[in-house]
Order: sequence, then structure tokens, then C-alpha cells
Amino acid sequence: MRIAVTTTGPSLDDQVEARFGRAPYYLFVDTETMEVEAVQNPNVAAGGGAGIQSAQMISDHGVQQVLTGNCGPNAFQVFSAAGIQVKVGVSGIARQAVEQFKAGAFTATNQPNVADHHGMGGVGQGRGMGMGRNRRS
Amino acid sequence: MRLAIASGKGGTGKTTIAANLALTLAGKGKTVQLLDCDVEEPNCHIFLKPEIEKAAPVTVLIPEVIEETCTGCGICADVCEFKAIAVIKGKVLIFRELCHSCGACKLFCPEDAFLEVPREVGIIEEGKANGVRFIHGLLNIGELMSPAVIHGVKEAADEADIAILDSPPGTSCPVIAAVKDADFVLLVTEPTPFGLNDLELAVGMVRKLDIPFAVAINRSDIGNEDVKEYCGREGIEIVLEIPNDRRIAEAYSRGEVVIHALPEYQKTFETCWTKITGLHENGLQAKQQVKTATGR
Repeated sequence: MRIAVTTTGPSLDDQVEARFGRAPYYLFVDTETMEVEAVQNPNVAAGGGAGIQSAQMISDHGVQQVLTGNCGPNAFQVFSAAGIQVKVGVSGIARQAVEQFKAGAFTATNQPNVADHHGMGGVGQGRGMGMGRNRRS
Repeated sequence: MRLAIASGKGGTGKTTIAANLALTLAGKGKTVQLLDCDVEEPNCHIFLKPEIEKAAPVTVLIPEVIEETCTGCGICADVCEFKAIAVIKGKVLIFRELCHSCGACKLFCPEDAFLEVPREVGIIEEGKANGVRFIHGLLNIGELMSPAVIHGVKEAADEADIAILDSPPGTSCPVIAAVKDADFVLLVTEPTPFGLNDLELAVGMVRKLDIPFAVAINRSDIGNEDVKEYCGREGIEIVLEIPNDRRIAEAYSRGEVVIHALPEYQKTFETCWTKITGLHENGLQAKQQVKTATGR
């Protein structure tokens, strides 16, 4: 089975990244051979719609499962349409996460587990005294 | 005269200045409108306490796909600058809150498979307070398209002698939408390193927009002299200085305007207005001279 894992770096020895849309890397893993294709995420610094773009890209890679920390509503909607299952709450070393997945450790979520813009690191949220809003809309 | 009150930094006193200027001028018999363009967090109403007489929704057009006609080619997703469309397994998914209503998806669709339908993103409310005509916009919770609501506020305004616009903070799209067609911009700042940094950004913005402007320094007796030195170097007029008067903060915390709680400040705002109109007229004359000199 081909699955995708959100990671901090390009190998299975890197950590699982908690943010879905703005994860630095996506690893496409063949669970039988443990063969890995690493793709650097072009949407890390996207102004908006990172989750949608990333979910679309992952869908285009023909995976059946996604392992990540958090998944927001927009990306989740794309995965639902694509028939891809999302396992959230995954953390630790990517290789171990894949092994745990193979052992049946995670159950698929049927809803997003965080609100949209969760992974934007406070941009556009901390408005008020001392800080102008800088989200571009 | 359309005066926009803006600032790079939040919390510098835009609303305080906008509300007090509007009431000062109305008190002198001018026809004044106050347009609260900070539609994400409007707060002029807290100080003006207007009676709202009229409310109207603001809508934007968003695409809707005609599934029978759509072939799932994906061109709409490719041309969407705002990533508001994904095409998955030949099915078009539209993320409405990301849509900027640019119409590219409909324009480029080879099958003409899009309709455009209105969607409400906020409301405009109008009313009166102490002789000031008051208009503000409220962006619906969860919406991102504040420029649409800001344009709605500006369209609701009429040709009054004076319109004062309270802009959102920063230098991003909503701010541009608010200040774009102003005759003059008053940039509010405070004499601190943050105040100066964000003032420089705001100055860059209004210079790019080619709108005449001046600076107001709030809490002018705190911090350091860097803002004044910067304005001196750049040839920027400082038309208003408000001291760090505890009584102003107390009035603010009660939702009172400064000129009502502390009438001695009325003169301060009158002088500020005189300076602004003076600078504005000089600017117009200078432009006229350039036109005459170049024969255009």
C-alpha cells in the first residue's frame, strides 16, 4: 500500500510533522518495500490554501492513507473527495509511525481535528495592541 | 475632503483621533461623515454611540459548478490565484471562504460550466450621532474578504463636506482598500521603536499610493525622539501630538470621546484639522503649478 507521511525532513528517520498543510516534507512510502519518495512541500509559506494545495498534490500521488498530526477542514474535504483516509494524532519518528500503522495502531478519523489556519503560526491571529494584522486578503 | 486615519501599528489611537475629529468638525457646523472601515473589529460606534437607522448586507459573487456540464479538466483550479478550487477525481471542490470573486474560473472554463452566485460576507450599518453621519461595516465571523465590506462602507457614503475614514491597522489589502481614494491620509503612531518601524512601512504604502499625508503622534511624551527625527529627515509634517494623559485613557475606558470628557482638547483637534486642510490645499496648488508649467 502507498501511504503519505508528513515529516520535518526527507527521510524515514525524521520526525512526523504535526501540521499537515505546511509540513516541510511529504514522504510517499510503499508499506511492503518501505521504499520512500520524499517531496519537499512547496506550500510551506503559502498565503492561504496550503492544506488544499497539499491535499490535492498528495491525492495526485495516488496514496490510500495519510499519516499526520493535525488535519484541518479544507484538506480533509479534499481527502474525503479523493477517498483517502487520514490518520491524525501521529507523532514520533516517521519509520516507527509507519511500522505502527502497519500493525494497525491508528484508526482513521472521519472529521478534521483542528480548525482552519491552525498551522499558520499566529499570523493574522494576534491582532491588537502592538501588532498589525498581516494576513493578505 | 476625504481624510483616512491609518497606521502601520495597531493600538496607536486611530479611532480616538477619527471620532474626536469628526465630532469636533460637526460641532463647528460642518457636514461630517465618519466611516469605520475597520470591518474586522469596528469600534467607532463604542465612542459615537450612533442610532442605527439602516442595515444592508454585503455580498460577493462566488462560483458554483454546473456538474452536468463540467468535464473535470482542472483548468479552474490551475487559474485560481487564491487556491480556492481543487479538482479531485474529476470533481470540482470550491472553498468559498478563500474565493476573491475574481471570476477567473468562470472566464477560463472551456465548457462554460460555472454560475456566479451571491454570498453574504458582512453587513453595512448606517446611523447618526451628535450631528455626524455614521457608517460602519461588519465582516461576518469566519470570513476573510474584508475589502468587499470596506468597499461597501465607502459606497454607502455620500458627497459630504468631510468624510473621515477610520482604517484598519497595518499595510495589507484591507488598509489599501480603505485609504486608496482618500484625499489625505493621517498616519498615527507613537514615539517608540515599534511605532517608528510600522510608521516607516505605512509611509512607504501611502507614497506608493501617491496620497498626500501627515503624521500624528499619540502619547507623544513617552518613548524617544526617533519618530520626530525620522519625520524631520523625510520632510513629513507632524500635525497632531497628543500627550500621554491618564485622563484620556480613563475616558477611553468608559467609552467617552476625549473632547467631551476633556473639552480643553477640542482646540488640539481643531488645530490638527487646520493644518491638514492647509497641507492639502498647498498640495493641490503645487500640483496645479506642475500642470501649468508642463502644459498639461
